[in-house]
Amino acid sequence: MANVLVFAETRGGDVRKVALEAVTAARALADATGGGEVHAILAGPAGVASRAQQLGQYGADLVLVAESPALAQFARESLAATVADRTKAGAYRAVVLGFSAQGRDLGPRVAARLDAPIASDVTEISAAGDRMTVKHPGYANKVMLTLSITGSPVVLSVRPSAFTAKESPRNARVETLQLSPAGGATVTVTQVVEGAKGRPDLGEASIIVSGGRGLKAAENFKLIEDLADAFGNAAVGATRAVTDDGWRPHSDQIGQTGRQVSPQLYVAVGISGAIQHLAGMRTSKTIVAINKDKEAPIFKVADYGIVGDVLEVVPALTAAVKDARKGH
Amino acid sequence: MNFHVGAPAVKIAVCIKRTPDSESRFRIAASGAAIDEAGLKFDMDDFAGYAVEAALQLNEKAGGGETVVYALGPDSVQESLRKAMSMGADRAVQLKTDTVPADGIAVAKALAAELKSGGFDLILFGKHAFDSSAGVVGTAVAELLGLPGVTAASQLSVAGGKGAARRELEGAAELVEFPLPAIVTIDEGVARPRYPSLKGIMAAKKKPLESKPAQLGPVRVTVQRAELPPERPAGRILGEGAAAVPELVRLLQTEAKVL
Repeated sequence: MANVLVFAETRGGDVRKVALEAVTAARALADATGGGEVHAILAGPAGVASRAQQLGQYGADLVLVAESPALAQFARESLAATVADRTKAGAYRAVVLGFSAQGRDLGPRVAARLDAPIASDVTEISAAGDRMTVKHPGYANKVMLTLSITGSPVVLSVRPSAFTAKESPRNARVETLQLSPAGGATVTVTQVVEGAKGRPDLGEASIIVSGGRGLKAAENFKLIEDLADAFGNAAVGATRAVTDDGWRPHSDQIGQTGRQVSPQLYVAVGISGAIQHLAGMRTSKTIVAINKDKEAPIFKVADYGIVGDVLEVVPALTAAVKDARKGH
Repeated sequence: MNFHVGAPAVKIAVCIKRTPDSESRFRIAASGAAIDEAGLKFDMDDFAGYAVEAALQLNEKAGGGETVVYALGPDSVQESLRKAMSMGADRAVQLKTDTVPADGIAVAKALAAELKSGGFDLILFGKHAFDSSAGVVGTAVAELLGLPGVTAASQLSVAGGKGAARRELEGAAELVEFPLPAIVTIDEGVARPRYPSLKGIMAAKKKPLESKPAQLGPVRVTVQRAELPPERPAGRILGEGAAAVPELVRLLQTEAKVL
């Protein structure tokens, strides 16, 4: 029987989707190793404690709440120290966090502080005795690696959307957790620049509409925005060529050197399907491609393809999607 | 990338990794636990290349300073170290191991032990390497050395003993400041690596490349199996032009069930 600790990431006082996925992964791991408890660290500015039962809903037995004005920004060193100190105090089998911008930073810090082995961006977890086995897509999703990890505790960051958040309700106990000091020189956040409002993040969206050079001009990205709006809560992505040309911000780039996404539906518009791009989206559940060149490699990975001028096809699709959703 | 001209010279270390060309078609080795390296082209990892370029630009703008490249691995990494020197790095150090373990903390310990007494103002890494795609080593070294660490910076500047960087978050960006010495892992967008000039390639042959054994920590993470992901089943082209739209919408509703 082994307990598992989760770092439940918050933003703007809300628990992030990837945090619920991390709690789900931790719950499954605790259950599979003899029914230990899941303890979740919920850290943020004043008021974040009100989210504690949300973590209980997804399987946390104990929620450790750290509220501090310092947590209005990402206090990386202090958070890493807090997670590491709690791990030492609680004799946990594993520490689970999300492979998000925060988790990418915190995971290695916690592992280094604990002198614990770490596996990043994992999509499956299993444990038997003192050995833990995880799956992690390496080589930019081109080779699936199965990693064997010895030692305890193990730090695991889970790939966003790889574990589906699943309710496992319980009445979580709530305790206050003291933040550990950073110790030493730190990184200070001077400003957070908010991106476009009103759209979900690429890593969290269930539908992504993405555009490439086939759109011919930056202003035609409006068609992509319109189609995303028609689907409802869809995110907008772009190819590297498009972000290099400055049509879209760099942070919208999907591909090997950009974001790697696995939505339920990925609509590739005017995207030829370079290897660089495919590495970022080939694990999407359903792929739709619209491209004028019927030989384009994107059609090899697309479930459904339409050959044609995107400037003609996309507005028609936008109208049809709107109609279809009205019918519901 | 943005530098303050006239800033004092800085001493920069860049830790690089050698990885196979990411555009390759991969096969699995007979062991079942690695890729088959036969016929693959290896080079300095893409993100490591951005880090080398960032270091060179920093030192060129400031004048003076020194850029030292480090790589952990077998003798084949010397080729990537020479490449970094042909781009302009001053000298190189190989931390010799037979293989590069999949355990990022073991690697971080070896690098931290080596970098600890180097007197560097700035230590740069790629944000992750293509092969392991894990992004552990750089940020772990920051913790091990007790230095400020910035993970995945998309912009970087240095002036007056301080650094400033930008990090892309999901749907937002974070601007940060930190005192030097510090560790920064570099995302795409900071600097496009230059191609080595012929003159640079000739000069690199004479630059010092030191090789010494790596002090790896215990290796607790190993690759047990490597597999190619299943191919996506062949898709269907539904038709041409806007006429194919109704069929697409029907399939999205009835088959994919996403509408």
